[in-house]
Amino acid sequence: MHKDGVFLKNHFDCYLILVKFGKFFSNMTDIQQLQRIANELRIDIIKSLHAAKSGHPGGSLSSIDLLVYIFFEEIKRTKENATLPTRDRFILSKGHGAPALYAVFARIGLISYDDLMNLRVLESCTQGHPSYLHLPYLEASTGSLGQGLSIATGMALAAKIDKLDYRVYCMIGDGETQEGQIWEAFLSAPKFKLDNLCVILDYNKSQIDGYIKDVLDIEPYVDKLKAFRWNVLEIDGHNFNEMERAFTNAKSTKNKPTIIVAHTIKGKGVSFMEDKVEWHGKAPNDEETEIALQELQKLLN
Amino acid sequence: MSKATRTAFGEEIAKLGEEYSEIVVLDADLSKSTMSQYFAKKFPERFFEMGIEEAHMIGVGTGLALSGKIPYCCSFACFITGRYDTIRISAAYSNASIRLIGTHAGIGIGEDGTSQMGLEDISLIRSLPNFSVCQPCDEIETKALIRYTVKHKGPMYIRLTRQNLRDVNPPTYNFQFGKGVELTEGNDAVIFATGALVNEALDASNKLREKGINLRVVNIHTIKPIDEELIIKCAKECKTVFTAEDHTIIGGLGSAVCEVLAENFPSKVFRIGLKDVFGESGTPEALYRKYGFDSEGIAKTIETKMNS
Repeated sequence: MHKDGVFLKNHFDCYLILVKFGKFFSNMTDIQQLQRIANELRIDIIKSLHAAKSGHPGGSLSSIDLLVYIFFEEIKRTKENATLPTRDRFILSKGHGAPALYAVFARIGLISYDDLMNLRVLESCTQGHPSYLHLPYLEASTGSLGQGLSIATGMALAAKIDKLDYRVYCMIGDGETQEGQIWEAFLSAPKFKLDNLCVILDYNKSQIDGYIKDVLDIEPYVDKLKAFRWNVLEIDGHNFNEMERAFTNAKSTKNKPTIIVAHTIKGKGVSFMEDKVEWHGKAPNDEETEIALQELQKLLN
Repeated sequence: MSKATRTAFGEEIAKLGEEYSEIVVLDADLSKSTMSQYFAKKFPERFFEMGIEEAHMIGVGTGLALSGKIPYCCSFACFITGRYDTIRISAAYSNASIRLIGTHAGIGIGEDGTSQMGLEDISLIRSLPNFSVCQPCDEIETKALIRYTVKHKGPMYIRLTRQNLRDVNPPTYNFQFGKGVELTEGNDAVIFATGALVNEALDASNKLREKGINLRVVNIHTIKPIDEELIIKCAKECKTVFTAEDHTIIGGLGSAVCEVLAENFPSKVFRIGLKDVFGESGTPEALYRKYGFDSEGIAKTIETKMNS
């Protein structure tokens, strides 16, 4: 199923080869490598959305750098550890960002490259929004906004009950924060002292109907979460050095959950998509895809 | 003996907690009413007071279930099922083995009135793929059902009463998930009843027998998946079909029976339940009398329809 050949032909494949030799984590701490993987996955995201002819590029491209860091540096997901009861968990609460997560899954080998390119196709495991029934590596079904953080809270609570040291990561969207259930979770997680829960806000500043500040402002975000008794960290969500510092801080923080408010750019990496509200939920056509891929290829070169 | 099924649940889950360390119980500020308090007192480290956050509680329960726990999320039936989208996407669409415990079902709760009554809950949950829906009719059945839920795979909704229900089943009762129970013999009419109305239907059958009408009372404790075979058999053997539930007739047990018969043995079915209306405040007895849910009301409906 997994077309290694395609990867080797089309992508810089240092990551995959090193994983196979078990040397990845000792050798590959180079931030440039992570950046390179993220940009390669941007290419996969654009290709899969173009093939699907629908989907959400803006929030996929804004979150991919964070997802690469989480999966390759934090969770260190491999096909072998993906089903262990002690595995770290990741829940994509902003389910419309699924193309980015699928691209990461394909890179790790949890799904095939064909699966990735069958995004939104009948009977594919890469459903339009994350379906646990189709793809158990997703940990839970999401896509109706506001719900994933509660599920992540339950998983973090389970770890505490069992006295296991796995961690639970949950990415939420900025628009998603308008959902009431998110605030139920914000109020709840500190009560249970879930220091094994790390929330990442993909703060790309826009939602379907416009900019967050115009649709329904969520500021002052950091102040609100501090008032809710969270460990709040603020970073540039495209800067791997800042990610490393924040995720390290989260792991060493005791007795309270962490939220990393990551400022991102919607459509990051493709000039005509960057910070453009209209690229929230439409796929690029043939011409746009060509331009996007050329731009992303330049980033790799 | 007479006991509220919520109390029977509380006692049984506290007992099961000794046998199964995976059981966890969550409540949304109603533990003294749902009777999850018995478990809370015995196993404080496995009881989670979530506050008045039902949607979040259901999500947390889903996460616990997906991590190998056996979570029971408790609140009033109306507040649980009011958080429908979370039940739909988090629990059902993840096929999580969560147990939603909805107490204070029906107009039988009495004085608190409509906003506290679960009146459409069966209908809502029954429409969700993967979900099972059960409603026991007495203490014995409740305890047997709750014991069964520990092993069941997939999400379940359990509907319980505030008011006491007289024992219907013998102490030797063998609960079988998905199977209806024929409680009385008779071929003039059959009534498929669930929950609190099983008691009332049995009393109605005694009243009708004096008038020469032999009513077969069938207890449907598992509303989904429903016992199609038994429903078809009874419809074939009895002249008239009735259903009885303390719930709206739209989408509940009555609808479920109609769906089975429409496709397999088209029959005239008379549904006793709320006729597309809300409830109201009053004593449980007065409410059951007004809406025709007590034994007199059920007997009268059956007699009237059979003679029409």
